[in-house]
Amino acid sequence: MTPATGTGGLAVEVTVHRGTFTLEASVTAAPGEVVAVLGPNGAGKSTLLGAVAGLVPVSGGRISLGENVLDDAASGRFVEAAERRVGVVFQDYRLFPHLGVLDNVAFGPRVRGRGRAAAREAARAWLDRLGLAELAGRRPDRLSGGQAQRVALARALAGDPDVLLLDEPLSALDARTRLDVQSELKDHLADFPGPCLVVTHDPLEALVLADRLVVLEHGRVVQEGPPAEVARRPATEYVARLVGLNLYAGRVDGGTVALADGGSLVVPDHDERGEVLVALRPSAVTVSTRPPQASSARNTWPATVAGLTLLTDRVRLDLEGAPSVLVDVTPAAVAELDLGPGRQVWLSAKAVDLEVYAREHPEPGGADRQ
Amino acid sequence: MTAPAPGREDRPEARRDRGRGSATTLTARDRARRAAGGDTTRSAPAPLLVPALLAVAFLLVPLLGLLLRAPWSDAWPILHGSRAGEALRLSLWTSTLATAIALVVGVPLAWVLARSSVPGLRLLRALVTLPLVLPPVVGGVALLMAFGRTGILGRYLDAWFGITLPFTSAAVVMAETFVAMPFLVVTVEGALRAADRGYEDAAATLGARRMTVFRRVTLPMVAPSLAAGAVLCWARALGEFGATITFAGSFPGRTQTMPIAVYYALETDPDAAILLGLVLLLVSVAVLVTLRERWVRGGVTS
Repeated sequence: MTPATGTGGLAVEVTVHRGTFTLEASVTAAPGEVVAVLGPNGAGKSTLLGAVAGLVPVSGGRISLGENVLDDAASGRFVEAAERRVGVVFQDYRLFPHLGVLDNVAFGPRVRGRGRAAAREAARAWLDRLGLAELAGRRPDRLSGGQAQRVALARALAGDPDVLLLDEPLSALDARTRLDVQSELKDHLADFPGPCLVVTHDPLEALVLADRLVVLEHGRVVQEGPPAEVARRPATEYVARLVGLNLYAGRVDGGTVALADGGSLVVPDHDERGEVLVALRPSAVTVSTRPPQASSARNTWPATVAGLTLLTDRVRLDLEGAPSVLVDVTPAAVAELDLGPGRQVWLSAKAVDLEVYAREHPEPGGADRQ
Repeated sequence: MTAPAPGREDRPEARRDRGRGSATTLTARDRARRAAGGDTTRSAPAPLLVPALLAVAFLLVPLLGLLLRAPWSDAWPILHGSRAGEALRLSLWTSTLATAIALVVGVPLAWVLARSSVPGLRLLRALVTLPLVLPPVVGGVALLMAFGRTGILGRYLDAWFGITLPFTSAAVVMAETFVAMPFLVVTVEGALRAADRGYEDAAATLGARRMTVFRRVTLPMVAPSLAAGAVLCWARALGEFGATITFAGSFPGRTQTMPIAVYYALETDPDAAILLGLVLLLVSVAVLVTLRERWVRGGVTS
């Protein structure tokens, strides 16, 4: 077996068939880079992680870590999970129930050939480093969710991995614990010298933890880029909803975009031609009960209130019109304008508040898929 | 031809009944009990309760008979004279050895049945569990046909190595293993099937090779079921009669196990049979109680 060659970049370009589901994705992560794989349930995120870990064999493509090819369908080369230096933090942690915290963390060093005392010493060092020393004697079922998450990270790191994989690291935690663990986790990930993949369906988790986002939908990568870029210019309806934007597909013609689902929008100056996407912040739309003054720099259109949702300090209006839109207003405005389901209103949005960009990936889940 | 559904005619009456409802009287104690239980199904309905009590009586009265009829005052001389110690010793070591053999080969078999995907696995599973339902005497005859002096394997054992298995203590162990091992295999297979494979994946990512995963993760996780299966296996081996007497016979000190000793004593000395039976009962209960507290209960609940 080729020994691991230190930390190189992770390059994944794979096809995995699981039943009727096909994952066809290409993801890379440089040493020290934290890449979040963001996607809805069933998008193939965990399958991707399993393929990198060596738990799921790929049907096509190749996974490599630096010079070391871990899985290559063309040559048939496959490195067993046990031989890959891949640290995995599972969504449900999977701390061995029959071992204490110390022996859970010592498991990796132990099975890789260190003596019991040496393995425990290494485990203790990792527990110390992650501030978990006092948990060493506990049983996993006596840990809180946050503690179990930290111990799972310690166990993965104690195996001295070249790559770190985290599957929904915070999803099993309650909101309060999540905040604590999140900032801590970010620090630990920053210290990790190898490439790191974080799989999540939580956009906030992805935005906070990752240097780069890869958005996976229906087994395909639909968008990737720095978090700020993805948040500003979502490529699909799913991403737009995650980052809280209205998103419209349409065809640009000079200063206006004819929307695919009806209506048109006046947009600011841009260089795009043909198929474009238009993103609109819910707070950039104003609602009034009388027709506002039309101008070339503004979009105005009538709509009907279909629903209202209270979001802590704002009310999100679901408005049906051409186009339909989600708009955030203050609770005071709801009362003032007497907004309720069925109410007819006028909407306006400044052209400069619209973000127009080329549509690079066709929306998944379209005609070519079920 | 279809007859009109009778239920349809009955329905108006039923509706009338429902409207009236049926009331019952609850004492304060009933109310407290229902409140504590959180449901109203605590007291069993008579159609279930009566057969349940019958079943309990049917199971306990024979044991009671054993206790009541035992010649307690003469117990020691009778037991001493009946060579009970010899039979008990033989029973204990043969059933323990049979359990050990079942563990050594039965656990790997359970793993294969639960985890591998070799062709014909269903058939194999059915065949392996056959001794569970096979009359033990048939098992004994089958063992004779295989390992007897003229059996398909036995004849070579005899001709080449001069080994004759039937009617030896080894035959007792073989008969007991044949009959009891499936209990272990079935129990452990079920546990392996139910065990969360996620832990094994986790172990693999930490660098554990397959055998290490089995030894350090899989086995410890099914330990409660392993213990339960071993106890079942041991108890079944201890009580083995039919296959043993057919394949190993009844030579005192060599192949006459406790159950066989009890059976023969019943013909010549009923008092001794009762006492031997009680000893066997005592041993079984002691083992069951000890193990149940320590492992078996944990295995059932976890």
